[in-house]
Amino acid sequence: MRTTAFKLSLLYIAVFTGLSGFLLVYISRNTNQLMATQVVQTVDAEISGLADEYVRGGVRAVVESIDRRARRPDASLYLLTDFAGLTIAGNIARLPTVVLDETDGDIRRVKYARVEPGGEVQREALVRTFELRGGYRLLVGRDLGEQQRFSGLLGEALRLWLGVVVVMAVITWLFVSRRVLKRIDGIAATSQTIMHGNLSGRLPVAGNGDEFDRLATNLNEMLDRIELLMQGMKDVSDNIAHDLKTPLTRLRTRVETALREAKTDEDYRSALDATLEDSDTLIRIFDALLRIARVEAMAPESGMDDVDLKALVEEMAELYEPVVEDEGGRLEVQVSDAVMARCNRELVAQALVNLIENALKYGKPAEGDLVISIKAERQEDRILLNVSDNGSGIPAEDADRVRRRFVRLDASRSAPGYGLGLSLVNAVARLHGGSLVLQDAEPGLSAGIDLKWAGEPGDKNGGDKNAHDEQPGSQPG
Amino acid sequence: MRILIIEDDAEASAYLAKGLKELGHLADQAADGEAGLELAMSSTYDVLIVDRMLPKRDGLSVIETLRKAGNHTPVLILSALGQVDDRVKGLKAGGDDYLPKPYAFTELLARIEALSRRPKAGAEVETTYQVGDLVLDRLSHTCRRGEEDIPLQPREFRLLEYLMQHAGQVVTRTMLLENVWEYHFDPQTNVIDVHISRLRGKIDKGFDVPLLHTIRGAGYTIRDASS
Repeated sequence: MRTTAFKLSLLYIAVFTGLSGFLLVYISRNTNQLMATQVVQTVDAEISGLADEYVRGGVRAVVESIDRRARRPDASLYLLTDFAGLTIAGNIARLPTVVLDETDGDIRRVKYARVEPGGEVQREALVRTFELRGGYRLLVGRDLGEQQRFSGLLGEALRLWLGVVVVMAVITWLFVSRRVLKRIDGIAATSQTIMHGNLSGRLPVAGNGDEFDRLATNLNEMLDRIELLMQGMKDVSDNIAHDLKTPLTRLRTRVETALREAKTDEDYRSALDATLEDSDTLIRIFDALLRIARVEAMAPESGMDDVDLKALVEEMAELYEPVVEDEGGRLEVQVSDAVMARCNRELVAQALVNLIENALKYGKPAEGDLVISIKAERQEDRILLNVSDNGSGIPAEDADRVRRRFVRLDASRSAPGYGLGLSLVNAVARLHGGSLVLQDAEPGLSAGIDLKWAGEPGDKNGGDKNAHDEQPGSQPG
Repeated sequence: MRILIIEDDAEASAYLAKGLKELGHLADQAADGEAGLELAMSSTYDVLIVDRMLPKRDGLSVIETLRKAGNHTPVLILSALGQVDDRVKGLKAGGDDYLPKPYAFTELLARIEALSRRPKAGAEVETTYQVGDLVLDRLSHTCRRGEEDIPLQPREFRLLEYLMQHAGQVVTRTMLLENVWEYHFDPQTNVIDVHISRLRGKIDKGFDVPLLHTIRGAGYTIRDASS
């Protein structure tokens, strides 16, 4: 009884009944009025016609006329009496006598008995009495039977209509409770199972595109996202378990072995040195994780400056050039002009370092020398900063995966690194309103981030595009 | 050296003090900001080691108060918050160096040694550094070893300059990255090692006595072994 469907049906009945009742009452009132006016007009016309005949032909003419008129089907009522009140002509059998006494010309409603082939019938009528000269009284009226039949018909229609409304309401209620409520109950039930931990549960979608389908589709998409995030969390914890547990186990084993087997100070020293290195590795992993978390939690504008990317890239290239050369490779820098970017210098430098180190670690081609190139180019109001190598690249299907924490495409995890480099780059890129862009450099991988262009050097507004046209050497905007 | 450790973590403080004492330094400890400030004001220290988050009075506030009172003792800030902003805030408050926790003891030691030998304000700035027969002229930007001129790239010059400024002290890789390249992050690969080995190739190669030494597990030092 407290369901929405029941309340809705009740409201539906009330409103519909009210409306249709009003409509019927309105119609019947208006029809009654119209019919009454018609009756009055007819009666008046007949009285004046009969009065004329009396003047011209006397009582005889009137009696003849009444007899003629009374024989017509659907006839009016006529009654002509003499001064003593005796009936001379007419088709009324009995009538309250007072009616004939009132000759003021008012129309009134009376009960009368009519002469019918089957005998006398009690009827109702609207009548008017008129006094003729010589004490004769003429009564003309109109039977109300037709009007009453019509009223009855309207009443019947109202009752029938009410019935239909109630039936409709019941059907609506059944429909709402059966179809709609069932779906809501379905959604509620599914959410229950999801709340109890079954994240793979999905809400039923009927496929007719109604509100419930839209709601269910949206909720399902939300659930997909949550499941993905949960899966990501699980992956991270699995990977943490792997990446942190391995060095921890190694550390523990080393300490245990040293305690059991070490004899000389030298043995202890080397065991402790190795332990120290292991714990440094652990700290570095934690630091990297923490740094990513912090970058992800940073306010968008914090630490942002107008940074000369050309200078930054050249500094980084200078820092890494010897390392690349030691690996037998070559480092190229392709930054045409001074490109100013609105960014956090420290973080962009860190991201660049991560990209260069990734290229160093994974970008080596099977044959030939490693070539790493750093590019910074302006596209509209963004600056694309990227590092590309000529190695084997990343398979397209893994492009999304590498952004995540601890993901390393090398499943055995034998190469050095913790799988956090690109995650940090991704976080830095997102802080700057861009994203980590991975492209095929044919051959090799091109990985980069896009930053907000800070405008021409010295042009503080940055947005005034017309000003650039006059400056020679500026790139087209 | 006389060192004051203002750190509320008793174990970390005791560990630091013990390590420093073993190396022949004098170490006082204070467990909160108020006590630390009082000690720093009343006695003279060579270096203060201040934790950022302290009970009673925040580490940064301790440093600010000291600086306002005209006390310019070098301060090394320790902090569990390793963010870029924190470093900037710490240095703005008057700190001289910043070390995020957890740190390696060798790193801390190298930094406080560097701090303690920092040229005092107003002291005459040396224009030439000399270690053994290696001479670096900071005015003419030239480097000579014995009779031989050694051409250096600008960054190599900065690297050697920093090493020679701290001659005889251990300089860590992070210190080099921070002071020579001015970046505050931890590169995974051996970037600094490669640069050092190039520098070594220029200043030590072909000479009998090597000057640039690697200190295992800590960093590098430049010193004349014969002296």
